Amino acid sequence: MAGQAAELVFDAATKKYTGRGAAAVDELSLTVPAGEICVLVGPSGGGKTTALKLVNRLIPLTSGDIRIDGKSINALDVTELRRGIGYVIQQVGLFPHYTVEGNIGVVPRLYGEPRPWIKQRSAELLELVGLDQSYAKRFPAQLSGGERQRVGLARALAANPPLMLMDEPFGAIDPIVRSRLQDEFLRLQGELRKTVVFVTHDVDEAIKLGDRIAILREGGRLAQYGTPEEILAKPADKFVADFVGLDDGAIARLRLRAEVPR
Amino acid sequence: MQKHWSDILGPALTQHIELTLIAVAIGFAIAFTMALLGFRFRVLDVPFGVVGDVLYALPSLTLFEVLIPITGLTWTTIEIPLVSYTLFVLYRNTIAGLRGVPADVLESARGMGLTRLQTFFKVELPLAVPAIVAGLRIATVSTIAIATIGGYLLADAGIGKPIFDALEAPDIFKTELVASSLLVIALALVADALLAVAQRALTPWGRAR
Repeated sequence: MAGQAAELVFDAATKKYTGRGAAAVDELSLTVPAGEICVLVGPSGGGKTTALKLVNRLIPLTSGDIRIDGKSINALDVTELRRGIGYVIQQVGLFPHYTVEGNIGVVPRLYGEPRPWIKQRSAELLELVGLDQSYAKRFPAQLSGGERQRVGLARALAANPPLMLMDEPFGAIDPIVRSRLQDEFLRLQGELRKTVVFVTHDVDEAIKLGDRIAILREGGRLAQYGTPEEILAKPADKFVADFVGLDDGAIARLRLRAEVPR
Repeated sequence: MQKHWSDILGPALTQHIELTLIAVAIGFAIAFTMALLGFRFRVLDVPFGVVGDVLYALPSLTLFEVLIPITGLTWTTIEIPLVSYTLFVLYRNTIAGLRGVPADVLESARGMGLTRLQTFFKVELPLAVPAIVAGLRIATVSTIAIATIGGYLLADAGIGKPIFDALEAPDIFKTELVASSLLVIALALVADALLAVAQRALTPWGRAR
């Protein structure tokens, strides 16, 4: 099982659905340096979730390429590829018939890790995501939304993947818990330094979490890619300026960012 | 009373249980296979469903008329309608169970790198168990009830014969009728309770709330 964070490259990645006019993702090209969080943000229909799902081939590429540490995703066996990527979705999708420990252990189990190892790893991860050890034997139905997403995160980290894909992971959580989860996620990232692609429609979340932000406009085209400071200081066009709310609260957002230890 | 039990009702009960077990076992084997196919190949679902519906609607006495020339006055003649009656509920419940797995669970399974087969055996099938067992409960209880029809054809084929005998006696033999009927009901209740226990044992996550 992997360790080092991977570099992720989108190379003119395109997704077109036959019969539909505009592309879902249109010639997306960007590089996510190893160990950084890249936030994909944009309006609905902007293709950000599609772009994310292109990486683990849940949606196949129409043209272009995506490379992880230089290797094309199409060159790898799709099952191997997915097991090496941590995938977190909004509804979490925990297996209801598995305990918390069982859920965390799914991918290690696929790798054939023995049960004692998985128990130990599960205990480590519960601590990492801020859950008490007593959670190990509980079932998802007994957990709150925030607790479930913590388990989802622990599950995605279990096999120590070099790359994480997160699709609006905190979207279904109430704002107070969400803020706490964001802070804890940043703290975690400070320790683990994974390469993360994070999708959100929330500009505030993008600015708070992203080392770099990619703003996708309708039709799946990249409007701007840069650090939050760059985007706020020099928006590429009116669309970007409007989207980040330059007229209202941009300075406040920058301050929000500065307050979080990274 | 003692003699009556060991002569008539005791053996009849054993036969009845046997008839039911055979019918449900065979019915489940067939229905489960159909459900796997109907689940994998959606196009088969409607035709399979119709087959189950038709078989269920077919009156048993009509089936007997058709079958007797072929299979004679044997247990097989009774078993064929019994099996075909279970298909309706077992097929629909099994496939509903498989289809009822939440989409986010399937998506996360796929995204984590489970193969199609692994997703089926580790996720879809276990989560379909409650619906499958519910179907088995219904099928078992209804088979126990319908199996009494065997008594119309044969002796030594369940509790049906004592019931029919009691009905056809010169003046209807009430005690016999009541005893036999209660036995069938008791059997059905016990079977249902046993399967309910099995269901709870197989779904430890369902109890946790």
